[in-house]
Amino acid sequence: MPLVRARDLVKAYTMGGTTVHALRGVSLDIDEGEFVAIMGASGSGKSTLMNMLGCLDRPSSGTLEIAGDTVQDLSGDALAALRNRRIGFVFQQFNLLPRTSALENVELPMVYANVKPDERRSRALESLARVGLADRARHTPAELSGGQQQRVAIARALVNHPDIILADEPTGALDTATSEDIMRLLAGLNDQGMTVVLVTHEHDVAGWAKRCITFRDGHVVEDRRQSQVRALEKDEAPA
Amino acid sequence: MNFTAAIRSALRALSTNALRSLLTMLGIIIGVAAVITMIAIGTGAQQRVEEQIKALGSNIMLILPGTVTQGGVRLGAQTGQALTEDDAKAIALEVPEVQATAPSMRNGMQAVVGNVNWATSVQGSSADFLVVRDWLIVEGRNFDVAEENGAAKVAILGQTVARELFGDADPIDKVVRVNRIPLTVIGVLDRKGQNATGQDQDDIVVVPISTFRNRLQGSGGGRLKRVWSISVKVRDGQSMEAAEEGIRALLRQRHRLQSGAEDDFTVRNLTEMLAAQEESTRVMTLLLAAVAGVSLVVGGIGIMNIMLVSVTERTREIGLRMAVGARSRDILGQFLIEAVALSLVGGAIGIVLGAAATWAVGSFAGWQVVMSGQAVALAVGFAAGVGVFFGFYPARRAAALLPIQALRYE
Repeated sequence: MPLVRARDLVKAYTMGGTTVHALRGVSLDIDEGEFVAIMGASGSGKSTLMNMLGCLDRPSSGTLEIAGDTVQDLSGDALAALRNRRIGFVFQQFNLLPRTSALENVELPMVYANVKPDERRSRALESLARVGLADRARHTPAELSGGQQQRVAIARALVNHPDIILADEPTGALDTATSEDIMRLLAGLNDQGMTVVLVTHEHDVAGWAKRCITFRDGHVVEDRRQSQVRALEKDEAPA
Repeated sequence: MNFTAAIRSALRALSTNALRSLLTMLGIIIGVAAVITMIAIGTGAQQRVEEQIKALGSNIMLILPGTVTQGGVRLGAQTGQALTEDDAKAIALEVPEVQATAPSMRNGMQAVVGNVNWATSVQGSSADFLVVRDWLIVEGRNFDVAEENGAAKVAILGQTVARELFGDADPIDKVVRVNRIPLTVIGVLDRKGQNATGQDQDDIVVVPISTFRNRLQGSGGGRLKRVWSISVKVRDGQSMEAAEEGIRALLRQRHRLQSGAEDDFTVRNLTEMLAAQEESTRVMTLLLAAVAGVSLVVGGIGIMNIMLVSVTERTREIGLRMAVGARSRDILGQFLIEAVALSLVGGAIGIVLGAAATWAVGSFAGWQVVMSGQAVALAVGFAAGVGVFFGFYPARRAAALLPIQALRYE
C-alpha cells in the first residue's frame, strides 16, 4: 500500500465571485522511501497539493489517504494529531518561533504530543545532533544563519519520527551554497529511509530528487523517475 | 499541551513585550488596588461605627426631659425638669422589657490630687450605670446600694482621668478632691474610646447620684430628686419599640399628663441611630467598591484589545503551531491563559499597590482602615474573571483560524 494515495483531487477556491480551480483532478501515489520533487510555475497547483498532503487543507472533492487514514473524513482534532505524528513540515521562511531557543523550537511538536519534559529535551537534542546543530541548541533564531535556521526547522520536522517530510521551497530563502547543504541533508535523510516530498521551481534543487512531478494549471503534466542528478557522495552522508 | 507548558509559554509571550504587557495590566492594577483600598476604608468606617455601638452598650435608650411651655413660648428640648430618680426606679420595676435604668446628672468640675488638677466631666448615677453602659471595672469595685443612697464620698475614675491625675501610680484608695470635696477612688473603668461625636468617653468620674446632688452640686436639686436624663437598658431579645411604648405610658401616667397633652419627655433610641449609621457606611463601602470595580472592567477591555492585536500579530505563529499538531483547543487555551496571566499578574501588582495605599491612608490621613483577606480574594477573583471574559473572544478568534490561512498570513 502506498504511503500517500490521491485520487481525482479537486480544489476550488471562490475569490471575488469567480471560482478558481487550483487542482483539477490529480491522482498520484507516493511510496515509502521515495524522494519526490514537485515542480511547476506559480499558480500551477503544486503548493495547493502540498497543503493537501500536509493535511492543512481539505480537498473540494476526490479522496486522499495518508498512511491508511482517509483525510477528508477526519475531524479537525484528528487532522492535528495526524500532522503531529505522521508529517514533518519544512517551510521556505523556516517559521521558527522568534526569541525562542533552537532546542525549544524543536521541542514544540512534542509539546502537543504530550511528551514528558525530560524526554522532550533528550529527543530534541538528538534531533539537533542529526542535523549537525547540537552545539547551537541554546541559540535563538536571530543568532543563527539562514541555513542553520532551516536545519533547526528540519530537526523540528524529524523530532516526532514522522512518516513523511514535506518541504515547501526549503531553499527558496537561501543562497546557492547553503541550498546545497540543505538538499544534501534532505537527501541523506532519504537515504536513511525517510520519505521526502519537496516543492520547488528550481531545476537544480529538483535534481536531488529521485522522482520529479511537474504541474501545470492544476494537472500533473509529467511524472518521471530520474537517477539523482546530484548524487549524494557517500562520505558526505550526515550521521 | 499540558498546563505548566502553557503557562510558561504564556509568561514568555508576555515578557517579550514587557512594556506593552505592563501598560495593558495598568487597568487591572489600578482597578484591583482601588477595590482593595476602597473596601479597606469602607470596612474601617463600618468597624468604627460598630465599635461605637459596642462602646455605647447594646439596646440602650435615653430618656430626656421634654420642653416647657411658659406663656405659650416653648423653650425647646431638655428645658423641662420632669424626670426624677423615682421615674428611673419605676421604669426598672414596672416595664417588663427593661433590664436596668440609670438616672444621670452630669457636670464639668475640677478634680485635684496633690498639686495636679484636671477638668473633667463628673457623672452622678446609680450603681446600675455600669450595667446599662456595658462598662467594666478593670480595677477596684463599683459602689454599692448603701453608698448610692448614702451620698458616700467615693468615686470611680475613667482611664483618661486616672492617667492624668495619677500617671502610672495605682489610684485605688487614693483621694481625689472634686469641688473641694475629698472622694476616695474605689475603682477604675475599662477603656471605652471615643463616642460617635468624637468625645473622649474615658474622661469621666462616676459618683453615686446622691453624692453628686448633696455634696458636689451646690443646690440640692430639690425634694423631687430631679435628674437630667435616664439611661435605659432593654433586655436582650426584647423589642425596643415595646419597651419604648411601656416607658412612655408609665411616664405619662406618673407625670399625670392628660390624654392629648404633649409628652414632657423624649425617648431616644441610640442603638437604632447608630445602626442606621452603620447601614449607611455599609452602602457607602459597596458604592466605593462598585466604582472601583468599573476600572477593572475598563482594564478588561484593555486586555481584550491587546489580545486581539496579539492574535493578529502572531497569526503565522498560530499557523505553525497548528501545522506541528496544535488542536484548536490548544490555541484557545494558550491565548486564554495569556489573558488570564495578564490579569492575574496585574492583580498581584494591584494587591501590593492597594496594600500600600491602604497603609498610607491609614497612617497619613489617620483613617481607620481594615484590609480583609475577603476583599483581596474578591479583587483577585474579579480580575481573573475579567481575564477569562475579555480573553475569550480573542482566543476564540485565534482558535478558529484555518491552519493554511494562518500559515500564509502576511
